[in-house]
Amino acid sequence: MVEELLVTARYNAKVDPSLAIWSWEIPVYLFLGGLTAGIMCFAAYAVLARKAADMPFTHDRFALWAPVVLSVGMTALFLDLEHKLYVFRFYTSFEPASPMSWGAWILVLVYPLMVLQTLSTLRRGYPALAGWIEQLPFGSAALDQSERFRTPVATLVIPLAVGLGIYTGVLLSAFSARPFWNTGLLGPLFLVSGLSTAGALALIGARLDCEKHFFTRTDITLIGIELTLIALLIINLATGAAQQQEAVHLILGGDYTVPFWLWFVLPGLLVPVVLETFELRGICRFSLAASLLVLYGGFMLRYLTVELGQVSTWTDYAIQFDPQLLLRLTN
Amino acid sequence: MINYAMVIDTTACIGCGDCVVACKNENHVPAGLNRDWVVEETRGEYPHLHTEFRSERCNHCGHATCVTNCPTGASQYWKDTNIVLVAAEKCTGCKACIAACPYDARLIMHPQGYIDKCTFCHHRLEHGLDPACVSTCPTGCMYFGILNDPDSQISRLLRSRTHKTLLPETGNIPNVYYLV
Repeated sequence: MVEELLVTARYNAKVDPSLAIWSWEIPVYLFLGGLTAGIMCFAAYAVLARKAADMPFTHDRFALWAPVVLSVGMTALFLDLEHKLYVFRFYTSFEPASPMSWGAWILVLVYPLMVLQTLSTLRRGYPALAGWIEQLPFGSAALDQSERFRTPVATLVIPLAVGLGIYTGVLLSAFSARPFWNTGLLGPLFLVSGLSTAGALALIGARLDCEKHFFTRTDITLIGIELTLIALLIINLATGAAQQQEAVHLILGGDYTVPFWLWFVLPGLLVPVVLETFELRGICRFSLAASLLVLYGGFMLRYLTVELGQVSTWTDYAIQFDPQLLLRLTN
Repeated sequence: MINYAMVIDTTACIGCGDCVVACKNENHVPAGLNRDWVVEETRGEYPHLHTEFRSERCNHCGHATCVTNCPTGASQYWKDTNIVLVAAEKCTGCKACIAACPYDARLIMHPQGYIDKCTFCHHRLEHGLDPACVSTCPTGCMYFGILNDPDSQISRLLRSRTHKTLLPETGNIPNVYYLV
């Protein structure tokens, strides 16, 4: 038996009794960051593969959603900061060993490319918005230039968007102190999930059957890869050191078994892949349900991963005193 | 580089918590927050039990993952030492350092929001004084000094006594030693 008790008062907010530093804001940011990466990749693919006729939504209307979605994600990230006025400090230094610093600077590269990518689609995709921009000083020139460089921008977008998608996973996997996160598989898993959620969003917007078919086929493949990566992640943790074995036990019989399998894998991956297969074979019509479930699954993956990393730990002290006494002091 | 370390004799520690009170007074740590704490660890099966008291805090690691994961450079080594400090004016409160610390030794300063932790009382070291917890300890079970000075008291203690560090397997190279 080993029993470790905290015998003096320590009830540091969001650290005790177990780590709870990141609530809904970080999962929302990681989900929307991955979704942005997926949107950018598909929109760029449609341009590079010259799919204007087959995939009009992806070619001309999808890119606009990337800055919208990422800006909502960045707002969530900002809301999470405890020392908000100092947010500018992300851009007063570059820390090469810190994935979060890489992420901050990757966004500096991604935003202008994303804006250029969006501007190049407006005249065909959103003529009213393009008309409004043309009335601004240099608006017409900006649209002209973005259309002129549409192909090179699309070429640059793909590696940067892939980098953004992988970064959302590496951000967590770099924390060796949190056993559930400490696996290199989170990067590819979050990238594939980001692509899958973007495919689901495109399915909602697409009108042509051939475009819907493309995204349904793609999404089935991506969910298959996602399931494989989840299996590999479990094998990786289950065959790791004691802390990692304890961490994976949380979803293999522990407290997070039901949330992980019944609230995430079943409704967020398995049900939509079955629905999409039926849709593809003409057994049922394309519906919103599969897309909404994939988006839900993408969020749940981030939400549960953030939770699981925080509850898996190297130190686990039982608190002996009554924390209510401390709360009375601080209130 | 000067490698500061703390050595705590668990066979002399009675778990009184004076080190905790001294830290709170010296560093004006708000109510409800703690930079150091005392753990009582009991091992074995009744009636063959062994109890150890440990005064714990930031380990001022030689390879501090809180420093490497900080995106702004706020979490940093003090001068040319292993003492890890947080520069409040560079801290965004992103909490990456809290996630990166395997010892859960960091806290969110209330109400300001920057991240705070044990500093080994570096402001006292500049005046040749020991950290407040070490100076206060009524049983004299805490020692502080320079680890890479072979003649320092802590170096001599570590040469002559069986000792351990917490979670050395994390690779963080902790600098708080416990005599057992």
